[in-house]
Amino acid sequence: MAFQTVNNVKINGISACVPEQVADNSELKLLGSEEDIAKFIDTTGIAKRHVVGDSGICTSDLCFQAAEKLLDSLNWDKADIDCLIFVTQTPDYILPATSCILQDRLGLSKDCFTLDISLGCSGWVYGLSTISGLMSSGNFKKALLLVGDTVTVTKSDRDKSTYPLFGDAGTATALTYDMQAKPMYFQTGTDGSSYEAIIIEDGGFRNFFNETSLEVKEREPGIYRNNLQSYLNGQDVFIFGITRAPKSIKALASEFNIDTDEVDYFVFHQANKLMTEMIRKKIKTTPEKVPYSLNEYGNTSSASIPLTIVTRLRDKVGGEPLKIVGCGFGVGLSWGTVYFETDGLVCPEIIIYNQNT
Amino acid sequence: MDQKFVDQFKETLEIEDREIAASDNFRDYDEWDSLALLSVIAMIDEEYDVIIESNEFQKLQTVEDIYNYVTSKS
Repeated sequence: MAFQTVNNVKINGISACVPEQVADNSELKLLGSEEDIAKFIDTTGIAKRHVVGDSGICTSDLCFQAAEKLLDSLNWDKADIDCLIFVTQTPDYILPATSCILQDRLGLSKDCFTLDISLGCSGWVYGLSTISGLMSSGNFKKALLLVGDTVTVTKSDRDKSTYPLFGDAGTATALTYDMQAKPMYFQTGTDGSSYEAIIIEDGGFRNFFNETSLEVKEREPGIYRNNLQSYLNGQDVFIFGITRAPKSIKALASEFNIDTDEVDYFVFHQANKLMTEMIRKKIKTTPEKVPYSLNEYGNTSSASIPLTIVTRLRDKVGGEPLKIVGCGFGVGLSWGTVYFETDGLVCPEIIIYNQNT
Repeated sequence: MDQKFVDQFKETLEIEDREIAASDNFRDYDEWDSLALLSVIAMIDEEYDVIIESNEFQKLQTVEDIYNYVTSKS
């Protein structure tokens, strides 16, 4: 099993930025009658979502403002940042890599290692594992991990199996090489046999954008989308989440002798409440230790773990040291769990994207 | 079959206005939709520690079919 121990890397701060526009599921006719709407919100826990709509805002825009605010709050000199990783499945272009554009836009040094990673719901954990692994030997001293998605632009507004679940967000996580830092522990895994469970079929290099890509078809009764819009097999992904996530957390705890009763917070990828509550029960922890942001922001793909920390644990992580387990799982299919300790994390208040900058 | 399972199934689907029978084809219920399906999978996992994979669930038609599947695995 893929386990990792990373020494000498400290998480200094986390920030998050969301678009201003709010989609309210209680007004969403797509979901059916008022009774259907109430049941949907009750079961999924998703009442509202921040969405980019037709504003043209990209993930990199949200991450840019999250990063600017965080660097300002940390009082970091941009010239000192020697590593930038951008995790997204909604990049600016097919090429070049968006991390290159962000290096320049943020005004970082040209002596900067940059990398894009294409992952969704497991993306923050994988990004953290990659960037901290690169930093651990001391080659990079200060680094930025930018993680997010504008997944709502990939959903059909006539597909009730996906459209009401998702929101958009961009986040920034700042890290330093620090020999006093407590170790971070990771468990990561992949099951590519189910790659079709969450997929956008056209527009890549397997199936080029073509004359049929924009044809809206009825895929299941009442569910319409084209081949540039994402498909989600809810049942397979649900079963995957409620089985893999608890196993990953238990494996991590067992490998590194972590007493899960000592963990202060379990921050799960915000898929939907039915799924995350199942995971919570399986690892036998209390609701007080499992914060939710999905009521206000929905499923924000790779941004959901840092977004939940910023919006629900901000007062806590800024103070006394805390032990946190983060667990992301989804598209790939891919999953990852991380254990880390915070000590006075700098966590600016959630940023609403400012369109005028 | 066990009445407890029928009751659990009924409660999961939030059916309050009528009784249901083990021989019912649950896919015909007005309450049956993709969310109901996930709620039933979650209930069976929680109560019986059994996971029903998609391709297996597709074969099941009646409440009793589900019960028989669950008891054969648990």
